[in-house]
Amino acid sequence: MEWINWFSKDENTKPLALLIFFITFCLILIYVFGSKKRGERLESHKDIPFLDEDSDTKEVK
Amino acid sequence: MAAVGVAGTEQYNFDIVRKFTIMALVWGAVGMLVGVYIASELAWPFLNFDLPYITFGRLRPVHTGAVIFGFGGSALFATSYYVVQRTCQTRLFGDGMASFTFWGWQAVIVLAALSYVMGYSQGREYAEMEWPIDLLIEVVWVTYLIVFVGTIMRRKQPHIYVANWFYLSFILATALLHTFNNLAVPVSLFTLKSYSLFAGTQDAMTQWWYGHNAVGFFLTAAFLGMMYYFVPKQAGRPIYSYRLSIVHFWALSFLYMWVGAHHLHWTALPDWTSTLAATFSIMLLLPSWGGMINGIMTLSGAWDKLRTDPIMRFMIVALSFYGMSTFEGPMMSLKDVNALSHYTDWTVGHVHSGALGWVAMISFGSLYHLIPKLWDTKMYSEKLINIHFWLATIGTLLYITAMWISGIMQGLMWRAFDDFGNLQYSFAESVAAMHPFYAMRAIGGMFFLTGMLLMVFNTYMTIRQSNSQASKLEINPAKAAA
Repeated sequence: MEWINWFSKDENTKPLALLIFFITFCLILIYVFGSKKRGERLESHKDIPFLDEDSDTKEVK
Repeated sequence: MAAVGVAGTEQYNFDIVRKFTIMALVWGAVGMLVGVYIASELAWPFLNFDLPYITFGRLRPVHTGAVIFGFGGSALFATSYYVVQRTCQTRLFGDGMASFTFWGWQAVIVLAALSYVMGYSQGREYAEMEWPIDLLIEVVWVTYLIVFVGTIMRRKQPHIYVANWFYLSFILATALLHTFNNLAVPVSLFTLKSYSLFAGTQDAMTQWWYGHNAVGFFLTAAFLGMMYYFVPKQAGRPIYSYRLSIVHFWALSFLYMWVGAHHLHWTALPDWTSTLAATFSIMLLLPSWGGMINGIMTLSGAWDKLRTDPIMRFMIVALSFYGMSTFEGPMMSLKDVNALSHYTDWTVGHVHSGALGWVAMISFGSLYHLIPKLWDTKMYSEKLINIHFWLATIGTLLYITAMWISGIMQGLMWRAFDDFGNLQYSFAESVAAMHPFYAMRAIGGMFFLTGMLLMVFNTYMTIRQSNSQASKLEINPAKAAA
């Protein structure tokens, strides 16, 4: 369990945390903007607020 | 499909949304009235009337509690319950539990206000409630989480719309913040007094971790949820970029948690903690402006609506104030700027450019959109909405301009030295210099309050109009069928 001491030092965990967060951020960016097809699918969700327009007046289905 | 009257079985639970909407307006009027009163007390101290119950120290948390948790909180309950139903296309989960959140939340606001007036406070900013009220909040909040998540779980729409992500992050973060900030040991079971579990710097750190995240998640993320639904609906066009909203959400949620310590620059807090908070505050500018641009650009190609639609004007001005205060915030978090600005009225002005300009304005816009839908009618007067808009805008500008001048002047006077190295001004001299700006701030608040009262009147008349239309339909069903 000696290896766990490595995490107790600020000079190790600070760059490690930076690396983890930066990579996560890059992965989110790649997921969101990396594929045209996925991009179109994600953009299609912006219409959700307009999908239940008919229900603006109270209705029973 | 058949359209039914008000009494018919509804697809959605709008009753709870109506209740919270009404109470948002009531608490808005009460909270802003108390705000104007305490602002006037600072300008004209005779208004204290030597009564301990109405001194600034006791009424200040009544003001912040009523506007943040009463007005803002009720508006968030109302809109989140509305948005989650509409975007998940399903009825709210647990009608009884939703009703409990309403009565529980109103009890919290009333009990908190009474306890402050009586002199009970645990002295933590925006969390002055003593422990029994904290426990009630905890129960109400967990119930809110169950209702919200329960509704999402039974959604008919496969994707969870981004507004709900913001609302959910607000609910989860507030639960965490409230719990850890209020860890305290009561003096005894039958007293309201308690002592914090933390001491010294750790206590200050916990307080401001809560305080700034209350701003970040309660007053920002949640109202962004409101923005992501109501701006597109009012503009009649979808949000500018859904992908940008995803990056906005994750970046904002991640970055906000780290910035609280910028409230404790130049204190006993370790210097690296202070620097870390300032760094994250600067980074926070990017998602904040990303979100603002996303909201404003939704109107791209339909800018003419700003001339014709006062509700849209509320929303776009709200986004502009959001952009302005999220620029000002990171700037004030820089240690050198903070050395001048902290403990001065500049901070008060900054908070109000966010609270009046962003939070209240986006709520007004959203509620004006919502009210006619909830009561199945048109707003009683569009002209009054327009007047409200101008009163709110002028009031906010008067307020923040007064506080900028007063705050910067205060900071400069406090740090001025004469040729012999002595302080150039006494504290009393700085107070005297601020007097005209305190009066100007109170007048700004009066403008804003007048607008709020107009909204209450407009809504009251709208509901009356809806009730009379409904009763006419009941009297003459043939007309209704036609």
